[in-house]
Amino acid sequence: MTATVTTPRQAAQADVSRRGRARLPFSAWHLLLAPLALIFAIPLVWLLLSSVMSNAEINRFPPALWPSRVDLGGYRYVLGNALFPRWFANSLIVSTVAVASNLLFGAFGGYAFARMRFSGSRSLLVLMLATMAIPFQLTMIPTFLVMKRLGLIDTLGALIVPSLVTPFAVFLLRQFFLSLPRELEEAAWIDGCSRLRVLFRVVLPLSRPALSTVAILTFLSTWNDLTWPLIAINHDNQYTLQLGLATFQGQHHTQWAAVMAGNVITVLPVLLAFVGAQKAFIQSITSSGLKG
Amino acid sequence: MPGPPTPFTLSEHELRQRALRRARRRESRTAWAFVSPSILVILGLSVVPVIWSLLLSFRADDLVTPGRWVGLDNYYALSRDPNFGQAVRNTLTYTALYVPLSIVLGLALALVLNRRIRLVGLYRTLIFVPFVVSATAQGTLFAFILDPQFGAANSVLHALGVSPQGFFTDPAQALFLLVAITLWSGLGFCVVVYLAALQDVPRPLIEAARLDGAGRWHLLRHVTLPTLTPVSVFLVLWQTINALQVFDLVYVTTKGGPLGATTLIVYFIWEQAFKNFTAGYGAAAAYVLAVALFVIAAGLRVARGRESRRLEGATR
Repeated sequence: MTATVTTPRQAAQADVSRRGRARLPFSAWHLLLAPLALIFAIPLVWLLLSSVMSNAEINRFPPALWPSRVDLGGYRYVLGNALFPRWFANSLIVSTVAVASNLLFGAFGGYAFARMRFSGSRSLLVLMLATMAIPFQLTMIPTFLVMKRLGLIDTLGALIVPSLVTPFAVFLLRQFFLSLPRELEEAAWIDGCSRLRVLFRVVLPLSRPALSTVAILTFLSTWNDLTWPLIAINHDNQYTLQLGLATFQGQHHTQWAAVMAGNVITVLPVLLAFVGAQKAFIQSITSSGLKG
Repeated sequence: MPGPPTPFTLSEHELRQRALRRARRRESRTAWAFVSPSILVILGLSVVPVIWSLLLSFRADDLVTPGRWVGLDNYYALSRDPNFGQAVRNTLTYTALYVPLSIVLGLALALVLNRRIRLVGLYRTLIFVPFVVSATAQGTLFAFILDPQFGAANSVLHALGVSPQGFFTDPAQALFLLVAITLWSGLGFCVVVYLAALQDVPRPLIEAARLDGAGRWHLLRHVTLPTLTPVSVFLVLWQTINALQVFDLVYVTTKGGPLGATTLIVYFIWEQAFKNFTAGYGAAAAYVLAVALFVIAAGLRVARGRESRRLEGATR
């Protein structure tokens, strides 16, 4: 489960293909790929288009396939709704805390398992590995009961606590730390650095690829989750964006432009993150499963 | 001759031993401080609930008032519940369609996108992007596109002269539409994983096979596919686990309807526990799902072990 790092060989290959691209002749594969890529793109293009249509254009039959003019009524409706910005903030809080705490606790746990000797570490590691195989559906009902005992139901705490640290973060970071050369740490250690200092000054700066993998996958899963917020939250003040969107759609079936505007706002942060860090994204997705 | 006098101080060896033990103890303390947050959260919210869930499945419980012990009654009731039977059948149909399709199509697309073609980066991006869109957003979007009255899909069909379809309101179509939507969003994952794996197919092996006169098809059949086997096994496992756990999309699009046609097993569990307030019954259904997942994982593990041994034998 080590993170993939671009090797010089791969970099060289990428370089060759970049230079070679201009000379590539037209390939018959375009006849297959272009329509296919279009099929994948159209729903998202339609999402964007319909969010700027007027309700009149959407509600007539057959509905318009292209907006006659950009109508921001849907966005105005959604953003004027006092709850929607609140849901956005809730999602942002939950995801940010989850990312930060997974990085921190994942690094602590991963480092202890990779480099320290303590009694029971082997069996603890195996136990944690085993928990990754437990389906969420098995634990969701009792987790609800645990959160209820803690008095967290209907607060953002109920969303934050279960996502504080995942076994995945601990294991991914442990695997990555194991692949780092020990000598660097030992040098710092002999110079009198504490474990904490070694971790923060030597190990973590070398672990950028693994840390970004954990960050991306944690953000993706917390931002996109609906199941758990649906169970843990009742009051619409505490909704996340996904939960808000799901109920918003049910209540405003005829206001499709507004629903689609809300949808755009829900999808946009993830899409922007993807466009901004495409390479890291793809690497994190592949490294999450490969080389396990 | 009297023996050497007993030393007042400990021997050099003993001192070193003690220092080592003290250092070990200190390290152990630091290590526990490092791992305790993870252990508290992860084990506290997995091991405890797994046991709690098992106990719950033997009880009649509504999550509010104290429940009572009913033994295996929940499991017995499940075995006779036509809705549970339908949920299991739906889930199996869904999985049997989604998993092979996503893997075969994902591999085919990856093989094409691994070629040196112009715009290949753009194609890869477009096919992968739906993967990052949440199931909620996918559901909302497709509920809109496939709306029988206002949807763009019927509008396009109308233009093509095809009669309007019921889509999610049609029990014969709804489940297949869910498969199609998850293929739209999930195919990119398979493609990306296969593309990464194709980079690792050893080039000398390909060149050697070419020299031996292997054509494109033979190359695929005897070199590429065998080296991809571990990745394929991983994807089968991964996609199966995902397929068995689909919930968000169902909740947003069909709420299990029409006529239970899209009630997948997780939706059934959620409905029992949080809508009908029969949590014990839901927990029993969750245990059935978990055992099924465990059996699949164990089976694949065995298959994987056998496969890797076979491959090792082939390369020796």
